[in-house]
Amino acid sequence: MLHRREFVKQLLFERGDLLVICGLGTPTYDVAAADDDGSNFYLWGAMGSASMVGLGLALAQPDRRIAVFTGDGEMLMGLGSLATIGVKQPPNLAIVVLDNQHYGETGMQPSHTHSGISLVDVALGCRFKEARSFEKAEEAPLAREMMYSRPGPLFIHAHVAAQHLEQVLPERDGVILARNFTDRLRVGGRQ
Amino acid sequence: MTACHGVAKSISIAFYGRDKFAAWEHPLNRAETSALDWPDVIYSNFRRAGIRQVGYVPDAGLSRLIQLCQSDPEIEDAVLTTEEEGIGLVAGAALGGQRAAILMQSSGVGNCVNMFSLVKQCRLPCLMFVTMRGEYAEFNPWQVSMGSITDACLRLCGFLVYRIEKAEDVADVVAAACDISFDSNQLVAVILSQRLVGRKRWNN
Repeated sequence: MLHRREFVKQLLFERGDLLVICGLGTPTYDVAAADDDGSNFYLWGAMGSASMVGLGLALAQPDRRIAVFTGDGEMLMGLGSLATIGVKQPPNLAIVVLDNQHYGETGMQPSHTHSGISLVDVALGCRFKEARSFEKAEEAPLAREMMYSRPGPLFIHAHVAAQHLEQVLPERDGVILARNFTDRLRVGGRQ
Repeated sequence: MTACHGVAKSISIAFYGRDKFAAWEHPLNRAETSALDWPDVIYSNFRRAGIRQVGYVPDAGLSRLIQLCQSDPEIEDAVLTTEEEGIGLVAGAALGGQRAAILMQSSGVGNCVNMFSLVKQCRLPCLMFVTMRGEYAEFNPWQVSMGSITDACLRLCGFLVYRIEKAEDVADVVAAACDISFDSNQLVAVILSQRLVGRKRWNN
């Protein structure tokens, strides 16, 4: 079982010009704790949309790598988007699901993955180029290599422990988040 | 206009990629603007506005417009499993500096309601074309439930709603809708009435 915050920190370490879309809930705190950067866009609502925001961005910015970080609950609400991504085959898009098998924000109710529903099988069925599960901390370099170097669409499924960690709260105002993101993109890369 | 303002505007247009669309002739374009059908008028406005991504859930009334988008190498068309995916798509496109539009039938508007919060809260442009069912010469009663509340639902969600009943209004309204959506960052729905789109034929 992975420690979610350590795993995200390892994926975002020295991230270069990677663009990040973050689904609502606990992944927000993990991404903000690892690297709260203007090239992150946090969704504080619109549950189920993170992967599609990633697709629209990937199509608009074909020369940049895009990573969507989200949880199992958010991914389950947007399963159809995996099929839509499979049709478009964006080579620069990676979906990273931090799967604790629970709805962590609402009282830790078990999610569908707790009953053995396999998101990796869904992603493979949706023609993702590669879809893998990760359970051990020492596998993080392989997940990094996938996310930064291999042709997408990629699906990185992280088995993370169900635990409550300190909430690290980034900006919540959507106008500011969108403006910061597009401003950073206009001037190019990280500053 | 100050020089400073002019520079800012040119950067903005370049960022949205409109400049790549100069003098490109689509094979499906017809020669006489006055003779264009409404799908052709909408498509020519997509070109004019520099729209680069079009997400859709098919509807019989949208088939020609979808075909025009699919055959355009400058437009990424994305078939969606549900209309709400389109809201994420246009938001992602806007974050990446591209203009996008969504095509759907009226029943799809209900699927999108919570997703509209994304474009509303982030004040991103969201341009939708909605073909109506359940309002005029409808065969299927199940279409009436959503069809009868489509306009009101969109307004409640913060959309500017432009309803088109007559073919002669299409060119003006569609152009205005594109402009206000992208130039003023608005949520805009163009409603293509069932009378305009025509009856669905059930026995062909």
